Amino acid sequence: MIKIKKRWEIPESEVTPEPLYRRRREFIQSAGMLGGALLLNPWAAAKASYPVDGYQPGVISLDEKLTDEEDATSYNNFYEFGTDKEDPKKNSQGFRTDDWTIEVGGHCEKPGTYGLEDLLKPHALEERIYRLRCVEAWSMVIPWIGVPLGSVLKTMQPTSSAKYVAFRTLHDPERMPGQQRWTLDWPDREGLTIAEATHPLTLLAVGMYGKTMPNQNGAPIRLVVPWKYGFKSIKSIVSIEFTENEPPTSWNMTLPREYGFYSNVNPEVDHPRWSQKKERRIGEIFKRNTLMFNGYAEEVAELYDDLDLTVNF
Amino acid sequence: MALQNALKSAWAKPVAHLLCLAPFAWLLWSAFSDNLGANPVEKLTHETGQWTLRLLLLTLCLSPLRQWSGLASWLRFRRLVGLYSFFYACCHFAIWFVADHSLDLDAMLEDVIKRPYITLGFSAFLLLWPLALTSNRLMLQRLGRRWKTLHRLVYAILLLGVLHLLWLVKADYLEPSIYAIIALILLAHRVDPLKRLSVSFMATR
Repeated sequence: MIKIKKRWEIPESEVTPEPLYRRRREFIQSAGMLGGALLLNPWAAAKASYPVDGYQPGVISLDEKLTDEEDATSYNNFYEFGTDKEDPKKNSQGFRTDDWTIEVGGHCEKPGTYGLEDLLKPHALEERIYRLRCVEAWSMVIPWIGVPLGSVLKTMQPTSSAKYVAFRTLHDPERMPGQQRWTLDWPDREGLTIAEATHPLTLLAVGMYGKTMPNQNGAPIRLVVPWKYGFKSIKSIVSIEFTENEPPTSWNMTLPREYGFYSNVNPEVDHPRWSQKKERRIGEIFKRNTLMFNGYAEEVAELYDDLDLTVNF
Repeated sequence: MALQNALKSAWAKPVAHLLCLAPFAWLLWSAFSDNLGANPVEKLTHETGQWTLRLLLLTLCLSPLRQWSGLASWLRFRRLVGLYSFFYACCHFAIWFVADHSLDLDAMLEDVIKRPYITLGFSAFLLLWPLALTSNRLMLQRLGRRWKTLHRLVYAILLLGVLHLLWLVKADYLEPSIYAIIALILLAHRVDPLKRLSVSFMATR
């Protein structure tokens, strides 16, 4: 448990051996001099600042093996590109994310349309290695690259009426062929309480495995809320709205008995149709026990002190 | 005529065996060559489950096929295909019991009792056993008339199997719905007036 806390608090400069870290910095600088575009584009910068060969054992401070990158990018639930696990990779290769903007609205002082760069540039990209637990009882360990959602939301200056944050995925059946069929009430909508959204673990991710976010994993920008079931970590976000009341969320709207607003990972509360006590870590054959709040209880349990988690599942 | 000869030929049964074993061989090969994707256990579970259903549906198609085509030889394959369906059901169950429950009988039974979709699937699996065990000529003779009654269980098994699949789906009902529709057509075919209607419809074509 203590290790978990360390894992996301250690700055990477401390973990990565100093010479390697320096070399990395030099590489970015020279890359910046060679082609300014590389540094202007935050994804390109992410690509350059987190080369895969830069990973040292120390970086993986979660004592669990990283999921194979190929597995994490070819076994996806992203119904916007199809319902089979292999569909998102197959159907998202042509998906263009340039000139991506995010609509910010609701109870905040700085509403408007933000370009992705404007939104991210003021913040340093961090690498976070998190467990990801899908509601279907499988899990992965993924090195994300992103910025804490809380620091981004702060710049939008939410007012005191902002009790929740609502997110929406792009709705464009032409570009997201999975939306041509009804499997969910498109567009996908998700939400967090303001306390959850500003919790230091909550990440706005733009990359993984030292690379720009692959389309099938939610490019160009997605949420990562590691103590909740995977579907809460909404992908390809185009809208962030501060609301006073609990916002409607897609899976909850579709099957309210099965998917609650909170959807915290909880081995004690089974899905009505299957058990949540165990999970299959991708890459393993036998199931392992699921941890309360996906192993992040120490960090997040206090958010739910006043809630009955069997009712507010 | 060519079809009739093919169905009757000495090669027909070996070919049928090979066809029924092909998915199994393909899964085995994929497993050893690491071609089952990121979640091989899930893939194997789903594939063996789906082949159980497909072969069960195929078994039940043979009798209507005989009526429509007038070729009695279709029935030569009914036991063979049915037993392969049972074979895939055994694989399906074994993978689930070993990989999902690590051979823990109590945990497995708890799942059977608590999860309706597993209750259905497990019941279907149990009901397949008496059919498989009585599928030989000896039992056929010994049971006489009761054999036919017993083997009507297959319709209950089919319904249980389709519901088992429908119940576990998260959001995409397309494929299980196709199985369900075929199953309903086959069931409807058992109802005499509908059966006569379909046979005469095919005869007029």
